[in-house]
Amino acid sequence: MIKVENLSKRYTSVFAVDNISFHVPGGEILGFLGPNGAGKSTTMKIITCFMPATSGSVSVGGFDVFNDSIKARRIIGYLPENVPLYTDMRVNEYLLFRSKIKDVPRRERKSKIGECLDLCGIVNVQDQIIGTLSKGYRQRVGLADALVHDPKVLILDEPTIGLDPNQIRQVRGIIKNLGEKRTVLLSTHILPEVEMLCNRVIIINKGKIAAEDTPANLLDIVTASSNLSLEIKGDSKKVEEVLKTIDDVEYVSNRITAKRDLQKEKILPNTSGKDEVNTFDIECKKGVDAREKIFNAMVQNKFIILEMKKRAASLEDIFYHITTKEEGVR
Amino acid sequence: MTKVPAMFRRELNAYFLSPIAYIVIAVFLIYTGFFFSTSLFENKVVTLKFSVMYIQFILPFLVPVITMRLFSEESKSGTLETLMTAPISDFEVVMGKFFAAFGLYAVMILSTLIYVVFLHWVGNPDYGSIITSYIGLLLMGSVYIAVGILTSAVTKNQIISAVIGIVGLVFLLIIGFVHYIVGEGFFSECLKYIGTFDHWEAFTKGLVDSRDVIYYITLTVLLLFITIRVVESRKWR
Ligand SMILES: Nc1ncnc2c1ncn2[C@@H]1O[C@H](COP(=O)(O)OP(=O)(O)OP(=O)(O)O)[C@@H](O)[C@H]1O
Ligand SMILES: [Mg+2]
Repeated sequence: MIKVENLSKRYTSVFAVDNISFHVPGGEILGFLGPNGAGKSTTMKIITCFMPATSGSVSVGGFDVFNDSIKARRIIGYLPENVPLYTDMRVNEYLLFRSKIKDVPRRERKSKIGECLDLCGIVNVQDQIIGTLSKGYRQRVGLADALVHDPKVLILDEPTIGLDPNQIRQVRGIIKNLGEKRTVLLSTHILPEVEMLCNRVIIINKGKIAAEDTPANLLDIVTASSNLSLEIKGDSKKVEEVLKTIDDVEYVSNRITAKRDLQKEKILPNTSGKDEVNTFDIECKKGVDAREKIFNAMVQNKFIILEMKKRAASLEDIFYHITTKEEGVR
Repeated sequence: MTKVPAMFRRELNAYFLSPIAYIVIAVFLIYTGFFFSTSLFENKVVTLKFSVMYIQFILPFLVPVITMRLFSEESKSGTLETLMTAPISDFEVVMGKFFAAFGLYAVMILSTLIYVVFLHWVGNPDYGSIITSYIGLLLMGSVYIAVGILTSAVTKNQIISAVIGIVGLVFLLIIGFVHYIVGEGFFSECLKYIGTFDHWEAFTKGLVDSRDVIYYITLTVLLLFITIRVVESRKWR
């Protein structure tokens, strides 16, 4: 339904999107995941015909978004990132205007708008001026607008941002229902959302696709290796050296920088040498439990373990894993 | 073409939902009322001519205030994104907005009909020249609005849009007077032709010359064409 091929977008000097290709078959909910500035919104703006690509091609429902733009737009429902709305209009006026410019046949407009108001839970605010609505309600008006012409493809840019937990649950419910008949591409930072809604996830980082799989498979990558978090009393450099010598440990990181800043500001006592307390994040080799070895190594070197706990793997870890590891930061 | 009316209605409603429309019309009525009353009560002439004469000096300042929001506001607030991702062509958007601004402008111009009613009451004005004056004002207004919509399409900032529009329109107005300064000649003839003033004068005298009508319409179409191109240019930047 959505075909993206070798898509690149350059803003003056930087590539916001760098040669990405993917394909969303009909009826799939695809999650688009990535840190800030990854290029998610940019990609969506190109798919929805708002911006041209620097190179590459995109087609939606078989229509090229550049050459057959109007036809492509007819089957796309788009909820932009900041939900821009005409704040001077009433909700139902706005939806009526939108249904007109979206080719909803005159006779169906009223029923279609009624349906969308109902689905998005905004029947009771339909006569209210949009400018006076709360953020969450505006989000719903945006969603109702995206749905009003019964599009085959929905592009939702961070649809649950700024909503309260109850509304988040409701909006997710709506999206899940919509996804049964439509193709949905949604971007988000919220990882449980992806686990909950999507059939497939694309993780995008610095304009490139870093990973592409089902949420469950991505989760496996991380659960296979176990992650520990350790709080240890002892000279940080020495502790780190010792930790690195343990052969089941793959990667050690010290959360020290933030702490040093606090010490500089004299918010934390300035301890160093033996009394220094540090928190280390440790990633172990896949499928092994390194806790015993770590314990023994610490005891041998007379470092004191104040805390050692296993971190439950989540999409957050995958996210962290993929977006930082691939960059050679480690 | 089919979505022009929807766009037009949305924009015209937006005008009357904001204070701008009322302020502009009020300023306009005070300004024209001043010239109307002095010509009537002090010079004791039953004519609209003076009010109409002086209108052209305030239009370059008022029209950009009407048009400044058309695109600037939408690009700033981001609604241009929802608008342009709906299946509506750039042509339909530009035309809908143009006609809405023209509608407000027409309301503003025709509000001076109260003076005509007044004239009718106190004496016997020349209706022929009054009617042609209104035709002329509407034609000139369409050029001014087209300039304003163009300056609105090039910037996100309404104030900048208005300032560029005012500068452009004042320029368009004064080049029509240049021949008074530099004298007659090919160059000043050209400027006189390009300027809006020369084409306007005949209308106030009760004459509708098709060349003047063509001039205004051509200029409007040309400016709207450029505006559509500017709006489209988003797609290759
Ligand atoms: N109009 C623009 N001009 C220049 N650079 C831009 C423009 N829009 C976006 N960028 C840059 O392109 C990159 C990608 O931006 P984009 O908005 O697509 O990120 P995103 O993945 O949606 O991020 P977020 O999660 O914060 O919404 C960023 O580095 C951003 O600074
Ligand atoms: Mg974004």
